[in-house]
Amino acid sequence: MKEIVIISGKGGTGKTTLTAALASLWKNNITADCDVDAADMHLLLNPTVLETHDFFSGVVPEIDAELCTACGLCVESCAFGAISPDIVINRIDCEGCTVCHHVCPVDAVALRERHCGFWYRSDTRFGPLVHAELGIAEENSGKLVTLIKKEAKALAQSVNAETVLVDGSPGIGCPVISSLSGADLVVVVTEPTVSGVHDMDRVLQLAAHFRVPAGVAINKADLNEEASRRIEEKTAAAGAVPLGRIPYDQVFTRAMVDRKTIIEFDRGEAAAAVAGISEAIRSLVRTTED
Amino acid sequence: MIIAVASGKGGTGKTTVAANLAKTLTDRRVTLIDCDVEEPNCHLFINPAPVQTEPHTVYVPSVDKTACTACGACSTLCQFKAIITIKDSTLVFPELCHSCRGCEIVCPENAISEGSRETGQIHRGESDHITLVWGSLRIGEAMAVPLISSVLERGTAFGRERTVIIDAPPGTSCPVIEAVKGADFTVLVTEPTPFGLHDLKLAAGMTRKLSLPMGVVINRSTSGDRGVHDFCRDEAIPVLLEIPDDRRIAEAYSNGILMVDALPEYREQFRSLLETITRKAAGR
Repeated sequence: MKEIVIISGKGGTGKTTLTAALASLWKNNITADCDVDAADMHLLLNPTVLETHDFFSGVVPEIDAELCTACGLCVESCAFGAISPDIVINRIDCEGCTVCHHVCPVDAVALRERHCGFWYRSDTRFGPLVHAELGIAEENSGKLVTLIKKEAKALAQSVNAETVLVDGSPGIGCPVISSLSGADLVVVVTEPTVSGVHDMDRVLQLAAHFRVPAGVAINKADLNEEASRRIEEKTAAAGAVPLGRIPYDQVFTRAMVDRKTIIEFDRGEAAAAVAGISEAIRSLVRTTED
Repeated sequence: MIIAVASGKGGTGKTTVAANLAKTLTDRRVTLIDCDVEEPNCHLFINPAPVQTEPHTVYVPSVDKTACTACGACSTLCQFKAIITIKDSTLVFPELCHSCRGCEIVCPENAISEGSRETGQIHRGESDHITLVWGSLRIGEAMAVPLISSVLERGTAFGRERTVIIDAPPGTSCPVIEAVKGADFTVLVTEPTPFGLHDLKLAAGMTRKLSLPMGVVINRSTSGDRGVHDFCRDEAIPVLLEIPDDRRIAEAYSNGILMVDALPEYREQFRSLLETITRKAAGR
């Protein structure tokens, strides 16, 4: 079983569009939506949810007003400024470090498990989907990513799936690092713009840092020919594999509005380009170590 | 006034709106703060020179091995598995540390003191009327929030009379909240697609939870469907500006050129965007 993670550095370059297309083209795979901050895969795959699970992570303190003497020790000790002078905990700023619980001389601070969201095991027209919803303004997206990947992998093993397709987050921080752990291949989707090139550079460095082989697909390639060439040069220089080009085409937006993958929606150049990239990824994944 | 530009979904045009807005306000000093420290992009469009760079460090515990009795009080307290006691020694895993200083507080032997670790860099530079402050997270570093917080502190240190524009990272979790929570007004940038709508709902929920006034900019507004417009109408969230789907804007962007420079007809729109924001932030 191979795990392929689709990331981009810059947001909105087409990660989910490509991942959903791969899910529709490949047989016997599990899809995992690890962009838990802004999970959109379900909008294209229209899943039937089979299981809903709570996601708890860390703790949140609770102050017992009856016991509290308002001595202010917790306020002084909180490194995150999450407790106001009148001893009210701001859940958004609280990191769950438990220092307040520890320093309280009258044991007025209790610790409760923190409910951060939900994760789901679902079925779709292209096979199983494991996805999640992080609560609004909640933390620990990295831990939720790790959990989704673990569940997707366990499911893949139990049904003997060949591939786990992981739709990642933008950026290079906590959730992206979590999504790279244990991956066999990284597919970077970029675009020929100054920011696309800059962000791809950083994400390729990240893949190299964690020693995961990488391939690069260029979306909206004809928007700027010179920048597309620069991406291909940088891809080669980073020891990554070019996977192909996707044209700048309104049909991608129309497919999304119709809640279909580009493969289902289009019979033209756009779908053909994506199918070509799918084949290039397939060949590349065969070369990765077992 | 502090204006934060955010969006749930990535790639909707946060940097475009933030940088064009900053560029338009030629009648005053503007500070543009790029809080997307994982993938900062504003400098590619503003081109500040020269650039001053300083390292950004966070607190991590430093254990005095001669004083440590390996009692385990620190590792029992630590919720992040950043300090672990094995047999007769205490080990620190700095990259897991959240800098709460709990280990230092609980150590009965005073064996723990302040150490530091570099998580990235803070940059600052000027271009015409704009002071740009941004951060770049070190490759392989997971924790973005402390760097975002320092970048904001640096960028807002010039006094309240300056107009401050914050370019937030994508999403709705910790890094975004850190970037927007001190703002007077939040601009949510979206696109009129099912993805754009879904993520706008999350971003609007986050903004409500923080009790910040907000408005929406719809980018590529002539493509997609009407879902975003309907949502804004039903939720009484003002649509502040619509930017059409224009290949000329995308081409200029691809070369690092702002639309107010490439296509001057948009200048007036960004000027009136600021007027609307100023009015709404004052509650009028």
